[in-house]
Amino acid sequence: MTFTFSAAVRERNFNVSLTVGSGETVAVMGPNGAGKSTLLDLIAGLLHPDSGKSVLGGKVLFEARDGGRTWVAPHRRGTVLLAQDPLLFPHLNALDNVAFGPRSSGATRASARNRAQEWLDAVEAGGLAQRRPGELSGGQAQRVAVARALAANPELLLLDEPLAALDIHAAPLLRRLLKHVLAGRSAIIITHDVLDALMLADRVIVLENGKITEEGPTRQVLQRPRSRFAAGLAGLNLLSGTVTEDGITTVDGLHFSGQHDDGLEPGQDGVAAFPPSAVSVFLSEAHGSPRNSMAVTVTDLEPHGDQIRVRAGARDELAADITPAAAADLGLAPGMTVYFVTKAAAVAVYPA
Amino acid sequence: MQSRNRASHSVEYSGIPSWIYAVAIAGALLVILPLVAMLARVNWPQFIPLITSESSLAALGLSLRTSAASTMLCLFLGVPLALVLARGRFRGQQILRAFVLLPLVLPPVVGGIALLYTFGRQGLLGGTLEVLGLQIAFSTMAVVLAQTFVALPFLVVSLEGALRSAGGRFEAVAATLGAGPTTVLRRVTLPLVLPGLVSGAVLSFARSLGEFGATLTFAGSLEGVTRTLPLEIYLQREADADSAVALSLVLVAVAVTVVGVSYRRHGFLGGTGNTSKETPTSVVSSGSRR
Repeated sequence: MTFTFSAAVRERNFNVSLTVGSGETVAVMGPNGAGKSTLLDLIAGLLHPDSGKSVLGGKVLFEARDGGRTWVAPHRRGTVLLAQDPLLFPHLNALDNVAFGPRSSGATRASARNRAQEWLDAVEAGGLAQRRPGELSGGQAQRVAVARALAANPELLLLDEPLAALDIHAAPLLRRLLKHVLAGRSAIIITHDVLDALMLADRVIVLENGKITEEGPTRQVLQRPRSRFAAGLAGLNLLSGTVTEDGITTVDGLHFSGQHDDGLEPGQDGVAAFPPSAVSVFLSEAHGSPRNSMAVTVTDLEPHGDQIRVRAGARDELAADITPAAAADLGLAPGMTVYFVTKAAAVAVYPA
Repeated sequence: MQSRNRASHSVEYSGIPSWIYAVAIAGALLVILPLVAMLARVNWPQFIPLITSESSLAALGLSLRTSAASTMLCLFLGVPLALVLARGRFRGQQILRAFVLLPLVLPPVVGGIALLYTFGRQGLLGGTLEVLGLQIAFSTMAVVLAQTFVALPFLVVSLEGALRSAGGRFEAVAATLGAGPTTVLRRVTLPLVLPGLVSGAVLSFARSLGEFGATLTFAGSLEGVTRTLPLEIYLQREADADSAVALSLVLVAVAVTVVGVSYRRHGFLGGTGNTSKETPTSVVSSGSRR
């Protein structure tokens, strides 16, 4: 079973092509309004694309070209949507909610309920079968929703921020559960949480303004982010520019030295990534190679674990983590001009 | 002591100016006082004989039968109309809604005339119906049609409101779980809007029960065939005022019962689920998180 998708929605400035391999879980990440939910709605059949084509396991889900149009109704697609809100049917108990999918595909009431009970047991919600949705906690309701989605036997599971509405106590349990049930299953999961991507996904797609700006194996995207958004997820500072002999030159003309990837050619587009913890903050320019020093304007100070995160730069794009004592010592405040100093050894330079 | 006292009197701040209560009481009296006046005028010793006379029972029976039939017809025609108006997307939707709601503000007698020129012998469909051997005007069927004409908007309005506030998200989920549109309608949409459906049906029934003008114009006043309770009351009003008052009281009692039962169970006009005892917070909690 492979899934291929390519669609454009002019009204939403959306144009995305992607594939999901058999048994692969793909995390889709991106800022709000990037088109993540549009993507799932198009796949599930809740939205018509202007043009494009999608095939799931040999079955065309939609094809909209100049010539003709094919469009398969949502209930015939084999894609199941699990949203942030569990959306359990309030008039049915947990068991009948889970039995809804099997019943709709023609199973008898008894066999549908048997399957539903098995799935409820599988998500550790077997004892909740007779409860109404209103009698379930947020975490319990979402577990029942997972069981309901899986009981429908989807070829492709679509998860739209399934953990976002859960409190910090309920989320870890459901995350473990999802890791278990997503193994060997084709799924697309929208998430804001880098932990979800790390634990649940084989591959990450970064969506910004209706376009894919970056994609790759989860580890690679987090270790070697190429987009500013992915760098933010990975907690890294990212500067893009042109590769030089010993580093890069940024678009602002600033030179930054760092550790080159093998085979990097001077002149090609590249990025320099370094963690905020590798940045020191000085009030005056510090010299002495091999160090990178850049003058920046502090935009914000915020707590970050037991450190203080200093945000700076014209687009708020740089961060440094320093101790509270150092921050007090420097007398930092938004609007001040300071120097961010980074050892070249802590800067990774690789192709954009 | 002070704090306990305050706790026992803890009332949420309502923000209603006190003079509003005075006007509200006047409004309530306008509705309640005439009913009291009528109660005072009832000839109690003769009450039972008056309402069990042959013509009274015939009128009451006909009213209940035709109202039940027109409520069924309202459900059969009104549910699809409400669905199409609430969920459909097509050109002329606003105009269709306006026309469907027209009987709410149209004088019933005008509705009766319109029906007469549609289904009457000289009417738009009269010739066709005659070929089929159907004579609708001045028959019991005409009573049902007249009642449906005036009662349909009540069902459509209350169901459309319920459909709109329920939104379409449950339906989308049901569809991705593999349920076809008809299954979704039967197993998700209708159960979700059941309170709205029930109160709409109850309102339609009550409106049918009280229908007078369109019935008289389109169906006439034949005892046992088209003379419903309101028509009987109107006829008796001059001949036998005691009988008219007694029958009016019956109609009030039926209306109060019907509306009261519906109100207790589901809340009026669609309800919010708060008053339902079976599912304490289900609709509210699962619908509005986010």
